[in-house]
Amino acid sequence: MTNFFDRMFGKNNKPGTGATAKSRLEFVLVHDRINLPPERMAEMKAEILQVIAKYVSYDHDMVDISLEQRDRSSALVADIPFQKAKDVLPSDADYDADLEAWEQAKTKQTQNTFADDGDTPKEMVEPSFIEDDALNAETDEPPTEDDNDPV
Amino acid sequence: MGARVITVTSGKGGVGKTTTTANISVALSRLDQRVVMLDADIGLRNLDVVTGLENRIVYDIVDVVEGRCNLKQALIKHKQFPSLYLIPAAQTRDKTAISPADMLDIVAKLKPEFDFIIIDSPAGIERGFRNAVAPADEVIIVTNPEVSAVRDADRIIGLLEAENKEPGKLIINRLKPDMVKKGEMLSADDITDILALDIIGIVPEDEFVIPASNSGVPVTLNEDSKAGLAFQNIARRLLGQNVPLMDLEQQPGFFRRLVKLFNG
Repeated sequence: MTNFFDRMFGKNNKPGTGATAKSRLEFVLVHDRINLPPERMAEMKAEILQVIAKYVSYDHDMVDISLEQRDRSSALVADIPFQKAKDVLPSDADYDADLEAWEQAKTKQTQNTFADDGDTPKEMVEPSFIEDDALNAETDEPPTEDDNDPV
Repeated sequence: MGARVITVTSGKGGVGKTTTTANISVALSRLDQRVVMLDADIGLRNLDVVTGLENRIVYDIVDVVEGRCNLKQALIKHKQFPSLYLIPAAQTRDKTAISPADMLDIVAKLKPEFDFIIIDSPAGIERGFRNAVAPADEVIIVTNPEVSAVRDADRIIGLLEAENKEPGKLIINRLKPDMVKKGEMLSADDITDILALDIIGIVPEDEFVIPASNSGVPVTLNEDSKAGLAFQNIARRLLGQNVPLMDLEQQPGFFRRLVKLFNG
């Protein structure tokens, strides 16, 4: 009965082997036309991605490199979305390293202000928060280091 | 002026090159064209039996090339169609017996005498194919709605491109409209999509074709045959007439008309 209605309204629920034939043909002809078998094609894709990874990070799941047919000629079309820099969250180790670097920079900065011995910059470069942060990070040591080093 | 030289080829064997050559040639001669068929399938000659001329052969194309006869002696005139001739292939030789240059030479001599020179190419892409295609002004590529036949047709198209030949025109032979409707066969649109080639005819599978070749009377003479009509239409299109592709719907019964009504 469903078959009857399908035919009545020209519906075709599941695609027949004709559609399979078409997609198989398209696949085989893409490779025939450029004389590049599927396996070599896969190698080429992997190599392209290696090169790209040297320069930028990209979203592995979104990569789409495929051969496109334009009439009888073929083109390699690559859609490789890059990851935005801010999307990358630092790992804990990175975070610790950053913190350390920041502290070193901060101590250097205080060194410089001492070395400069200028009047006006001194007050500008040493806003209150630096002292607060330093105290938060390491309770006792930083002030003593600060005192010792320049001497 | 001189004749238009059309080579019928396919890559794959058994798709209907010889049947197509015979039927288009007969149909053209019935449209008052002077036609010569040239069988380039040396070693596997068949155009003679398909056209019912097998008993009339004295000399063949290799005899011409090797100087055992002149060109006129190798031309077999069809009794039923006085403007139709055949130059048969040799049966006991192979494709290397002639060269593309020989083909160019023969065709150049035939050109002033005819309106059409239709060359039946052997299957394959080797010497025989190159012989058949060398003198062609136009190429007709015959294919079937099957993966292997379409793939081979694509290869032929590529080879013609490489030789800077015109892209050629497509005949889809042995299409079964019922199967296409059920989605179980590549459609003509599928095939032209894939091959990006102009179509010059769709020939439906037809029960009259084999009896016609059994008796050596090309099916295009059978008024009841859709395949025969399709070949007539192809001949007309070759002459520049605007003949729309056949509607291959087989039984436009009540329900089908109803469906058409619904679908607009």
